[in-house]
Amino acid sequence: MSRILTYREALREGLDEELARDSNVVIMGEEVAQYNGAYKVTEGLWKKWGDKRIVDTPISEAGFIGMGIGASMLGVRPVMELMFWSFHSVAFDQLVSNAACVRYMSGGLCNCPIVVRGPANGGTGVGATHSHIPEGLFAAFPGLKVCAPATPADAKGLIKAAIRDNDPVYFMENTLLYGNTGEVPDPADGDHVVPLGVADLKREGTDVSLIAHGRSVIQSLAAAEILQSEHGISCDVLDLRSIRPLDQDAILKSVMKTNKVVLVDESKPFGGVSAMIAMLIQDHAFDYLDAPIKRVCSIDAPSIYSPHIEHEQLPNPRRIVEKVLMLA
Amino acid sequence: MTLTSPSALDFAGSPINQILTPEQKIDLYTQMVRIRRFESTALKFYTSGKMGGFLHLYIGQEAVAVGTTSLKGPDDHFITAYRDHGHALALGMSMNECMAEMYGKQTGCSKGKGGSMHFFAPDKNFWGGHGIVAGQTPLGLGLAYGLKYLGREGCCLCYLGDGAVNQGAFHESLNIAALFDIPVVYVIENNGYSMGTSQERSSSYNGCLAQRAEAYAIEWDVIDGSDIYEVRAKTQIAMERAKKQSKPTLLEIDTYRYYGHSVADSKHKGGYRTPEEIENYKKNHDPIAVFERKIIAEGVMTSAQAEAINQQAKDEAAASAKFADESPAPTIADISTDVYWETDNNTPASKIGRHFFND
Repeated sequence: MSRILTYREALREGLDEELARDSNVVIMGEEVAQYNGAYKVTEGLWKKWGDKRIVDTPISEAGFIGMGIGASMLGVRPVMELMFWSFHSVAFDQLVSNAACVRYMSGGLCNCPIVVRGPANGGTGVGATHSHIPEGLFAAFPGLKVCAPATPADAKGLIKAAIRDNDPVYFMENTLLYGNTGEVPDPADGDHVVPLGVADLKREGTDVSLIAHGRSVIQSLAAAEILQSEHGISCDVLDLRSIRPLDQDAILKSVMKTNKVVLVDESKPFGGVSAMIAMLIQDHAFDYLDAPIKRVCSIDAPSIYSPHIEHEQLPNPRRIVEKVLMLA
Repeated sequence: MTLTSPSALDFAGSPINQILTPEQKIDLYTQMVRIRRFESTALKFYTSGKMGGFLHLYIGQEAVAVGTTSLKGPDDHFITAYRDHGHALALGMSMNECMAEMYGKQTGCSKGKGGSMHFFAPDKNFWGGHGIVAGQTPLGLGLAYGLKYLGREGCCLCYLGDGAVNQGAFHESLNIAALFDIPVVYVIENNGYSMGTSQERSSSYNGCLAQRAEAYAIEWDVIDGSDIYEVRAKTQIAMERAKKQSKPTLLEIDTYRYYGHSVADSKHKGGYRTPEEIENYKKNHDPIAVFERKIIAEGVMTSAQAEAINQQAKDEAAASAKFADESPAPTIADISTDVYWETDNNTPASKIGRHFFND
């Protein structure tokens, strides 16, 4: 039996189950405990689990993320919330030089089983400093793993896999998805874990592959609906779910079927997740392509504040439809 | 920086030093000598091109690493910055694995993947070896937090240089350490220079650097790093505070390095230090010479024994260079291991999805 949960509730349920499963799991971050979370993802967990397991930290991202990394080397499994992933930059040394490299530099003697999670998206009228989209950035560091769920069920399944993983996993959520609802398997039916590295075909089509992650999946699904009903174009919508490890087989399978691909990615165009995927497709499926690989990314500028135009900077159904029609 | 005259107080009489047996005193001396001989040998082969990268020598500071680590209890942990050879050897890492690491060989403690700045030995409670100034300070906090979380009685000594005290991550760590009652002891090894910039030119402070701890309601102390007895006596108080009361301490140990920040600036012309300054330290404050004089006066060791210890350490260091030289280099395949725990351990998770993106 499935229930309908919000993305936020599904995440919380995943966190709660992992707190129950492993006493070494500890949630820490700014406002996660007594305030119930800036975005209420951790609501009720402090009341249930208490001070030891749910820890309010000062606004010191380098300090508390570094603390979590150090504790993880001893076997604690910290799940650290960044109120916004945009705040990664003040903790960058810890996130990259320490978390990503400590295993390597120690010749495999140390490991770093941490999760850093929080929203990583634009579109909420908070301007450039709070709208960074860093999944491509962090996926570029070997030693790190990155995922970005689009639906409540995937949010729950992936956070559980991330916590159980013995490597650092950077988990990118989206404030615009927290209130979205969807079916989530009932815990009574078994442990719902979505492994890292497995993409999910969210809509099946024949003419064009839309490949996306995070909220861009939702935008792609909306675009696919319009393309089908108004233009008779049938789209595969492949949700990557996990950026690194990456389900390359699923990408190639879809491309080899449709022979046309539009990558939908909230990253900025230079570098970014879609740039890597374009490279993989041309490398492994060049002969299957009937048209150049196209992308819908955020418009290449710092994120604009203006609520009147902000949604036009991001991938949206209109922009995706236009891009697909250029191919068709 | 202030280099006081040899301590007016006699810390040999402190309880923690009174319990030292003659053998243990000789061992303290031996450990310091081993570090110095190891590094002298490393310098020789660095200069002759046997190793790459940087070489940050610890020579002159040996009483800090040996004195503090000699207080190690079964669950006390240690982490430092890039000037890490002294701590590594003092905690029981072998000269062979350390020298081989600097040579970039498979037999190095980090399989040649870390180099001089990144020695690790978790089995000896040594957590590195970190290259970014003050980047290790939140990690030391985390190790101590981890001990407390796991209900283990121990503390973490986290070393940093005087140049690290102006980094934000360190101040964030001090605040959290006090706020959460974390059993961490921060040890500023104050050698007077952050690279080529003297303390006066890099830090604003009242009295001393450790006094900054007052702003965080943290206990602090200043230690003469040329006297290993004083290092032990005062560090022990801080470690007890951590273990019994779960409270942090900030220690500042005044010390000195004879060589440059790294070997790259050791012959820096126009010099940021005078030859007289270096000579004064060598003559009056050298931790090994000071301790040698003391324990000979105490009747614990003879000059002949001291000489033998030095010779043995020299031989051990020379043998480690030979070992390193003869060890195999990592292979191209080795580049891709030790990146992910899951792939190294061939777990089911490691078989799902693409982890590496080589063409």
